[in-house]
Amino acid sequence: MATVDIRDVRKNFGSTAILHGVNVDIADGEFVVLVGPSGCGKSTLLRMIAGLENISGGEVSIGGRVVNDVPPKDRDIAMVFQNYALYPHMTVRDNMAFSMKLAKAPAEVMENEVKRAARILGLEALLDRYPRQLSGGQRQRVAMGRAIVRHPQVFLFDEPLSNLDAKLRVQMRAEIKDLHQRLKTTTIYVTHDQIEAMTMADKIVVMHGGHVEQIGAPLELYDRPANVFVAGFIGSPAMNLLPGVVQGGAFQPDGGGPAWPLPPDARASEGQRATYGFRPEHLSLLGEGIPVAVTLIEPTGSETQVSGRAGGASVTGAFRERITARVGETIHVMPDPALAHLFHGETGQRLNAA
Amino acid sequence: MSASSPSAPRGQDLPPATNWRRPQINQGWLARLLDSKTFLIIACLTPALGLLMVFLTYPLGLGIWLAFTDTHIGRGGVFVGFENFESLWYDWVFWGAVFYTVFYTTVATVLKFGLGLWLALLLNENVPFKSLLRAIILLPWIVPTVLSAIAFWWMFDAQFSIISYILVDVLGWRDTYIDFLGTPWHARWSLVFANVWRGIPFVAISLLAGLQTISPSLYEAALLDGASSWQRFTRITAPLLMPILAVVLTFSVLFTFTDFQLVYAITRGGPINSTHLMATLAFQRGIPGGQLGEGAAIAVSMIPFLILATLFSYFALARRKWQQGEAND
Repeated sequence: MATVDIRDVRKNFGSTAILHGVNVDIADGEFVVLVGPSGCGKSTLLRMIAGLENISGGEVSIGGRVVNDVPPKDRDIAMVFQNYALYPHMTVRDNMAFSMKLAKAPAEVMENEVKRAARILGLEALLDRYPRQLSGGQRQRVAMGRAIVRHPQVFLFDEPLSNLDAKLRVQMRAEIKDLHQRLKTTTIYVTHDQIEAMTMADKIVVMHGGHVEQIGAPLELYDRPANVFVAGFIGSPAMNLLPGVVQGGAFQPDGGGPAWPLPPDARASEGQRATYGFRPEHLSLLGEGIPVAVTLIEPTGSETQVSGRAGGASVTGAFRERITARVGETIHVMPDPALAHLFHGETGQRLNAA
Repeated sequence: MSASSPSAPRGQDLPPATNWRRPQINQGWLARLLDSKTFLIIACLTPALGLLMVFLTYPLGLGIWLAFTDTHIGRGGVFVGFENFESLWYDWVFWGAVFYTVFYTTVATVLKFGLGLWLALLLNENVPFKSLLRAIILLPWIVPTVLSAIAFWWMFDAQFSIISYILVDVLGWRDTYIDFLGTPWHARWSLVFANVWRGIPFVAISLLAGLQTISPSLYEAALLDGASSWQRFTRITAPLLMPILAVVLTFSVLFTFTDFQLVYAITRGGPINSTHLMATLAFQRGIPGGQLGEGAAIAVSMIPFLILATLFSYFALARRKWQQGEAND
């Protein structure tokens, strides 16, 4: 187990800069999720930590040791790949024992380690199977087993669940989290799925275009997104973000329509361009609220998502109560001003206090 | 959130829908016939089967029949049983051809696969002008065999050989020109060299295709598992390449064993029959020599070798256990 420090790390492919100076501190035993849209550089960063990509600038240290020039096998890390990268010509047992075999470990040590990992992951019955004969979830577990047997200081996961179906993904999510709680190994996990990030992480690093947008605990990012990008990325359904201006102590969206109440801690001057944000689940039905012409109703069972237009603005609400309104009718809603967000019109930075 | 623009909602300014419906069409007899599975099977198989019968089964059957007759050109023969094979048994030229065929096949195949695999591994790396290099490497395979054979004939010529010229006149490593095709062993190795040159592209390109099916993430996983580059080759590349290697090896052995053009164009089996392959000897005896029966017998004696080679690759190298079982991906 170890800390991982990422100091001003940069990556260029030719003249194209992929990462523009990334700083992340990862504490011992922490579960950190790197999340962002495709092309944000999160996988590249992970591969640089693994040693599969070289580091164009800055420093990566694992357990206090700078590993920029340490070959991958000596970094004391284990990685689970998106496509699992199981050796197709080896049985589950040999797949897991491969690293020990290369290190010429004694046979009984190998057998013990493989048995232990197989027990942790529930793979005992499958040790003599080949990867082709396994289901997606089982392959995923073998890939984790291959990582576990090495007792690495850091686990790296590169979008490990994206090849699984939705139900299995939820199950494996829980298994990985449970595994982390048992092994307490520092874990860096890359995903583009913000739900995975929210549910698994101790700490989320939101990345976008080679920059770190915000680092924080899941609920911190949810409650106080630092900028428009994080606000729109974290949370599902996505936050409503309305462009407009601050006018007369309220927010006036572009395209006309009713004004929206500013959050009490907003620090905005009169006439300033801003983006007004509120989460669909923080919208409530209110008789004298803002009228919204319903354009779409999506019941999910536990809640109902309603999309509509309030003047020039498109808004979405998620309501726990059943909605009887139909498309074309008008409902009246009001966001909770204390839970609303205001962002700078140009920089996109948060304007709420604290 | 809806994606519509703030202007009119979607679908308001559409032109009115027509009430056109796809009409029911009564199919003619031809359309019905072409939909019939039985008819299609017969119609599609007949040309292929016909071609196979006329150009493969009939000549093969005729060849085997001729091997058991004493047919000469211009004179129909009678069935003589194993007489042709008996006389071959005591024929040292025939055994010389068997020896050289096995030698030629073995040495050329080993060299072709060694060099071909090496080339494929090189081309699989990130080299500049990769596609251009691949195209260049395919060239020897594209040139008609007889053309390249004539080129080699010149290169191996006793007087005008460019190889001798370089060794003697440019580098000064030798005093005399080499008589490539005039002495048995020189001629044998020269032909092997020509065959290797011609055969490498097929091996290299096929193995390169095999190499490219191996996922790069396997190498990355092996790198993290601590495998050196030699271990990555022996533990990952070699076993994963084995299935395609087996197929390519089988084809290569079959093509080399039955080779005719190169040898016939360069040496015609000489000097003193030292470079006769079984195929060239069969032709030599059967057509210029007129002894169709004996020529056919030599050709037929290649069959056991070919079956052996095929069985070997089929059983020893074919589908591995790890390839079996259904794929889930």
